[in-house]
Amino acid sequence: MARTTSKTVRAKLNGIEVVVPEGTTILEAAEKVHLKIPTLCKHPDLPPTAACGICIVRVKGTNQMPRACCTPLEEGMEIQTHDPEIVEIRRKVLELILSKHPNECLTCGRNGTCELQSLASDFGIRQQSLPSIVPDLPKDESTRTIVLEPRKCIACGRCLTVCQELQNVWALSFLERGIDTRMAPAGDILLADSPCISCGQCSAHCPTGAIFEYDETEKAWELLRDPDLHCVVQIAPAVRVAIGEAFGYPPGTNLTGKLYAALRYMGFDTVFDTNFGADVTIMEEGTEFVKRFQDNQGELPLITSCCPAWVDFMEKYHSDMIEHFSSTKSPHEIVGVLTKTYYCDRKGLDPSKVRVVSIMPCTAKKYEIQRSDDMFASGYQDVDLSLTTRELARMIKQAGIDFASLPEGECDPMLGLYTGAGTIFGTSGGVLEAAIRTAHKLLTGEEFDSLEFQPARGLEGVKEGRLTILGREVRVAVAHGMGHVEDVLDRVRAAKENGDEPAYHMIEVMACPGGCIGGGGQPYGITDALRLQRAKGLYTDDREREFRRSHENPYVQGLYSTFLGKPLSEKAHRLLHNSYKPKPTYRR
Amino acid sequence: MAEKDLSADVALAVRKWQKKRGALIMVLHEIQGRLGYVPREIALELSKQMNVPLARIYEVLTFYNFFELEPPAKYVISGCMGTACYLKGTPQIMQEFSRLLGIEVGQTTPDGRFSLTTVRCVGCCGQAPVVLINGEVHSKVSPQDVPHLLAQCKD
Ligand code: SF4
Ligand code: SF4
Ligand code: SF4
Ligand code: FES
Repeated sequence: MARTTSKTVRAKLNGIEVVVPEGTTILEAAEKVHLKIPTLCKHPDLPPTAACGICIVRVKGTNQMPRACCTPLEEGMEIQTHDPEIVEIRRKVLELILSKHPNECLTCGRNGTCELQSLASDFGIRQQSLPSIVPDLPKDESTRTIVLEPRKCIACGRCLTVCQELQNVWALSFLERGIDTRMAPAGDILLADSPCISCGQCSAHCPTGAIFEYDETEKAWELLRDPDLHCVVQIAPAVRVAIGEAFGYPPGTNLTGKLYAALRYMGFDTVFDTNFGADVTIMEEGTEFVKRFQDNQGELPLITSCCPAWVDFMEKYHSDMIEHFSSTKSPHEIVGVLTKTYYCDRKGLDPSKVRVVSIMPCTAKKYEIQRSDDMFASGYQDVDLSLTTRELARMIKQAGIDFASLPEGECDPMLGLYTGAGTIFGTSGGVLEAAIRTAHKLLTGEEFDSLEFQPARGLEGVKEGRLTILGREVRVAVAHGMGHVEDVLDRVRAAKENGDEPAYHMIEVMACPGGCIGGGGQPYGITDALRLQRAKGLYTDDREREFRRSHENPYVQGLYSTFLGKPLSEKAHRLLHNSYKPKPTYRR
Repeated sequence: MAEKDLSADVALAVRKWQKKRGALIMVLHEIQGRLGYVPREIALELSKQMNVPLARIYEVLTFYNFFELEPPAKYVISGCMGTACYLKGTPQIMQEFSRLLGIEVGQTTPDGRFSLTTVRCVGCCGQAPVVLINGEVHSKVSPQDVPHLLAQCKD
């Protein structure tokens, strides 16, 4: 947690002297000297909820046993982090939690990644010492994106903090109190009737199996086993730099080639890349921008729309922004619709026998594939199934693929070859940066020389930047994490009301902190350090690509010259664009 | 608080309390007091008018036992759980009510006529065991009396 203070405190942890800035918690100080205090409710992304009590430590010379996660270290304190009595108390805390938790590890989706399970293992729990009182609460699968299993909830409070503070959605809350406290959608309704935007951040932060992605791996295997079907797959930008974490690779390792190979091995007939779709998105969205900026056709700022959780949030909470939204579909929908039209046409395939599976860092994409009639623009459902990175990792293991020794494969370039601009879509700021690279060319006829647009990069919640095109100032903003978007939109509204120049010309918004690299369907254990490593993986990919601007992609050029005509053509409109409508925040 | 001018009524309660500390709780108290429960539509309306997420409102509503989320039953039957009543058989009496009404303590019959609850000592220990029906004390109740007590709750 960043604090701005020049004062420091000097203290001792297990006899080791530490000097830390004032306000540093005992837990943070312990990390500095390589002491590992067990935690359960605390998550590095979130302020402490101090709910579980497993992180207690002893202040020497007193009988205080404060919680390390929320107690600031004080001058002269002598802290003991481990001794037999402390360990015993922690064990009791754990046993109490376990007495309320179902003993179902073998059949739980978090088997092997559960933080409660790993603590039970670390503490050597070998028997259930207290009578088990597991609450009888129903599973909620109403959204078909996020599954709530409140029986497995240990009331740590992370998901609420995520949903209420990080995301400002307020779909989840605690109801009742004390031992009866339970996690439930706002007002005890089904999650599908709540304001939930399916971002999946709750599932990425839950320490246990109480919140989980809606698992569709079995459906994918069924498609792959059907001999009559031609199965097409595509992978999103952010997947390639995160999936390695499930196989022991350092975060950020770019495994594109191995993924292509693994997908073919699993039985996919054609392997495309969502990054290609991102290049097409930029052609359309960039052209939309030019129309609004140069020809005054449409409202400024133009706001990006490739994040379905953001679209849902906007439709529920900020529908006055609809006219600002780019009508361009998200990259995986574009690859979906082009597969069932362009690709089928060129290959002589019957689109009714083709299925498109998209591998996404995202739980909201599961919702997006049926969000409106526009998602059936090919005459079929354009994307048939959307799986998260976590689901794909499980499938690769189920398929018996030795991922580490797998040689790299190739994609099918027709809707697969991509540019650096396409790959950076996966990180916050990347869509904006990619759009600048192409809009500059469209507006001036000249390339945006510097290519990289630093103000859009990094993890600051709201990033702002300016550049000059044709002597005009272009103001841009990037927001990620729904909690950050309000400020930006308020500036847009204020400028509008006052009849001022638009506050910005273009805004990129992603629901997940860090963008899709920090998506709700990515491997567990997200922290800012991890987000930066994954983002770095994508920026490196960008630098190493032969082409770094979407309009330079030869297969994108081919698509337009032989099929779509030009960006925003009638055909492009029919296939690649969609519309929005206001939605009630609560469906009950 | 009639359904039709629900937002106006909520607005009135909101205006009365909004400047005070703990305004949300006070408004909820007022609604509970007037209706005997806090209907979902009112909670939603309140969420809009006070700009408080519905999630927060339900956190408050379910945290305090005082608030009800369902309309009160026509007949509220409360068994006394004070020590004397408990020892003299309130649990068995409540079991009989449960059996005949087909609901557990804490629930309301689907037709909204009966609900079963328990109360702490009502201070008539000499009359134990005691059952309250809409606040009226029935003393020295036995499980055999239950059908008769229910029969008295007509219409
Ligand atoms: S998916 Fe997102 S919006 Fe829905 S409950 Fe989880 S954190 Fe909240
Ligand atoms: S659902 Fe998960 S994150 Fe939410 S309170 Fe329960 S255990 Fe914590
Ligand atoms: S930021 Fe990316 S991963 Fe997160 S909801 Fe949006 S599209 Fe999905
Ligand atoms: S980790 Fe500190 S109280 Fe839970």
